Amino acid sequence: MKKVYNNAADALDGLLTDGMFIASGGFGLCGIPELLLEAIKQSGIKDLSFASNNAGIDDFGIGILLQTKQVKKMISSYVGENAEFMRQYLSGELELEFNPQGTLAERMRAGGAGIPGFFTKTGVGTVIAEGKFQKQFPTGPDGAMQDYIMEEGIFADLAIVKAWKADETGNLVFRKTARNFNAPAATCGKVCVVEVEEIVPTGSLDPDGIHLPGIYVHRIFKGNHEKRIEQRTVRKKEVS
Amino acid sequence: MAWNRNQMAARAAQELRDGWYVNLGIGIPTLVSNYIPKGVEVTLQSENGMLGMGPFPFEGQEDADLINAGKQTITELPQTAYFDSAQSFAMIRGGKIAMAILGAMEVAENGDLANWMIPGKLVKGMGGAMDLVAGVGRVVVVMDHTNKHGVSKVLKECTLPLTGKGVVDRIITNLGVLDVVEGGLRLVELADDVSEEELRTSTAATIVS
Repeated sequence: MKKVYNNAADALDGLLTDGMFIASGGFGLCGIPELLLEAIKQSGIKDLSFASNNAGIDDFGIGILLQTKQVKKMISSYVGENAEFMRQYLSGELELEFNPQGTLAERMRAGGAGIPGFFTKTGVGTVIAEGKFQKQFPTGPDGAMQDYIMEEGIFADLAIVKAWKADETGNLVFRKTARNFNAPAATCGKVCVVEVEEIVPTGSLDPDGIHLPGIYVHRIFKGNHEKRIEQRTVRKKEVS
Repeated sequence: MAWNRNQMAARAAQELRDGWYVNLGIGIPTLVSNYIPKGVEVTLQSENGMLGMGPFPFEGQEDADLINAGKQTITELPQTAYFDSAQSFAMIRGGKIAMAILGAMEVAENGDLANWMIPGKLVKGMGGAMDLVAGVGRVVVVMDHTNKHGVSKVLKECTLPLTGKGVVDRIITNLGVLDVVEGGLRLVELADDVSEEELRTSTAATIVS
């Protein structure tokens, strides 16, 4: 079965519906599936729910779908860089579910692994625990009981992911910190579409160096990425 | 003369121990990496998926694929390892990170921490802070002792929504160092030229002797 497609619109063909739930990779603007997000914008589908650590900025990443009011709900850990997000949230147009960052990553991983729920200490005694099932486990010093809350796995309709390289069977290699949420997000979608900077012939990736095996990946395409930098920080070369 | 931001960071750096894996928050905690004591090797974790965080790149060598949790461009070191976000928080939740040094809006005498949300103001999100305080071995807070109106941030009870309950071990402020102990806070150290009376006057929490 052929996994390689020509471009983002081609790779998303037949997959997009109003009201769908999409899991997206990326941290800030690093490693976001920028071409797939643009194609989703062009498709015009609406009432989308996103599980994504961040919401992009006003004119890049998921921000472009907020401008066109295609997003109904966000599940995120941090949305501080997006003024349009704030405006829509405060006016009640946009639903927001805050998840602690590790809880969000583990919810994706769990969903992809067929685990519908798990227990974590994260958020115990905070607003995050409100309404959630709680249970004690003997994990403290000398077997003392400690409180945990149950969090649910994420099962998304579609996963959109950015990787560095893929082979023709969908085996993926990420690059540096652009891996972030891409690997867990890829696993938790019924269908996973991946944009890459390079597609290499099958057999040319080191099998020991594959970050995500192609079993999780259904469609891939190669594109030209802007890869915008959010906070450009540098140091001066020391003058000798 | 209380401690300034750099002196607070330098004091916090004294908390580091050789061989530790450590997570530094945004703000003053980031400055701690400038004061790591000689002979102490620590590996800095960036929760977006990296161990062995290096300094900012030289101009022209910025890489969009290499950022820290504050979304700033950084560099790698010889011992650097990359991983995905699920594994990053697995090592945090699994107790593999020895210590987190974080900023705070409020800390209470029972170790409660509030540093992510002011109701009615712009809500940005907790990021990885809730996971860190719940999972790492030791939590050290570095912050100003009072807010800009002179009101104590070291309280009997937090007034803001919590990041974690009973999670703080040590508080380092511009006025000194306090430990969370049974019944309240214990004074560990005073900042340069700060009297105990001055620190007590600026502290709303119970200080046990």
